Amino acid sequence: MSAIAFFGAVELGLVFAFVGLGVYLSFRILDFPDLTVDGSFPLGAAVAAVALVGGVDPWLATAAAIAAGACAGLVTAFLNVRFGILHLLASILTMIALFSINLRIMGRPNVPLLNQATIITPFYDHGLAAYLVRPVFLAVLVAIVVLGLAWFLATDFGLAMRATGANPRMARAQGISTPVYIYTGMALSNGLVGLAGALFAQTNGFADVTAGVGTIVVGLAAVIVGETLFRSRRLWVVLVGVVAGSILYRIAIQLALSFDAIGLEPSDLNLATAVLVALALILPRLRKSRAAA
Amino acid sequence: MIRVAGLTITFARGTPLEKTALDGIDLSVEAGEFVSIIGSNGAGKSTLLSALAGDFPPTSGRIFIDGVDVGRQPTARRSARVARVFQDPLAGSCGTLTIEENLALAAARGSRRGLGTALKQGRRAVFMERLKSLGLGLEGRMSDRMALLSGGQRQAIALVMATLAPSSVLLLDEHTAALDPGMAEFVTGLTRRIVEEHRLTTLMVTHSMRQALDLGTRTVMLHEGRIVLDVGGAERSRLTVEDLVAMFRRQRGKDLDDDELLIG
Repeated sequence: MSAIAFFGAVELGLVFAFVGLGVYLSFRILDFPDLTVDGSFPLGAAVAAVALVGGVDPWLATAAAIAAGACAGLVTAFLNVRFGILHLLASILTMIALFSINLRIMGRPNVPLLNQATIITPFYDHGLAAYLVRPVFLAVLVAIVVLGLAWFLATDFGLAMRATGANPRMARAQGISTPVYIYTGMALSNGLVGLAGALFAQTNGFADVTAGVGTIVVGLAAVIVGETLFRSRRLWVVLVGVVAGSILYRIAIQLALSFDAIGLEPSDLNLATAVLVALALILPRLRKSRAAA
Repeated sequence: MIRVAGLTITFARGTPLEKTALDGIDLSVEAGEFVSIIGSNGAGKSTLLSALAGDFPPTSGRIFIDGVDVGRQPTARRSARVARVFQDPLAGSCGTLTIEENLALAAARGSRRGLGTALKQGRRAVFMERLKSLGLGLEGRMSDRMALLSGGQRQAIALVMATLAPSSVLLLDEHTAALDPGMAEFVTGLTRRIVEEHRLTTLMVTHSMRQALDLGTRTVMLHEGRIVLDVGGAERSRLTVEDLVAMFRRQRGKDLDDDELLIG
């Protein structure tokens, strides 16, 4: 694997680290299996791309993508909290609806961002090779988000959010109005995924309506790989683990693809990811049942 | 302090499974009273407690706590006035959170949860002191996950959690029933101490006639959603467990008579 391919994998891993962190919020903190992300990722990409093409400031375009993702999360939360639709089903409904909405936003299936100024443009040409600028920029952004999340989840508000997912009955008995925290958490989670979509569009130079397929599995892979490698009860360590999981996952995929002997093609990626996540889910169970025997 | 007027709770109303769990309950509890509630299975004991906590709205009737009509308030809003310990030791705390995090959740009951650090130094010092007073050695395990503790230890912490923030009423729902005899005795003693220390107005549901008479200042017996016995003061102090069991049997016996009539 060449250095460029390696840093390309790291870069992609860092972009999807935001997805991993978002999925960690919904799946682990709120115990809310949320497939909305398959729609909010391309939504973030679409909003950012269309805004950039329309001459909007790149930071503002990225902020708009975050807001759009957050709205998608709110819709899913609303369907679940207000009408009691099963969380998984509610998120699938939003996801399906977003496919049409994303096409409406872009007006066509694909929006290229050739020669468009992005949030990364100002950082090029300062002596760092282009293939390094992007990972460094993304790493700084990821670090800020991890610090922010670690702080947030340790506040009274964040702790109440964790209780909402861990034991809603106890949470209500302690005066925690659980809907407030489900709305906030789902908005935050999908806002992060929208950010990932916006960054994906800006680092790869296009937004595509099909870019969201399998986002949830990639996010879950990051969470599960991270949790398996970084066993800790300290929250910030787990968050760092999710980021590391996302990067390691991409490097592993890149490695697998670079060995011609295995005969893997890029189109086998989804199968490989599904097998990886399934294995990661099965292994701890096997270990447990052996310990019990 | 608490006033319940004509409280009726009907489940599955309008279906073949319709069940009236509480049938026009009238009950007044003064500040500082400690009421033990007994009754056979299905008498409505736990339903009464759940209705006070806000798990479901009254079918009819009203509930006042501190003179405020709380009948339509959801659980979370009512919790500023109501502290509660569940029968299931796993229900009252979060197993995946640490002991101190669970205590921090309880300390913020009734106040606005903002973006301040949950485990402030001042709070942790209070937690440490309160855990020490339990005498279970838990003060050295504050950053352990709750899931590592035994049911009895979790119930003891649940009692501490109930007193970290001020409340008007403490509800205990058979909180020693799921514990082994030694731990049940410990938690019973702890309950007595905490209720006296904080002068809490308390309603305790129990299956144990012994506990019903040992703890508290007043005893209420429910049967088929109605209050069939309400004793306090001198009359209660003369009561023995045998008396209670006899009364209990008499209520059950009435059912048998009714059944016989039906069959006959």
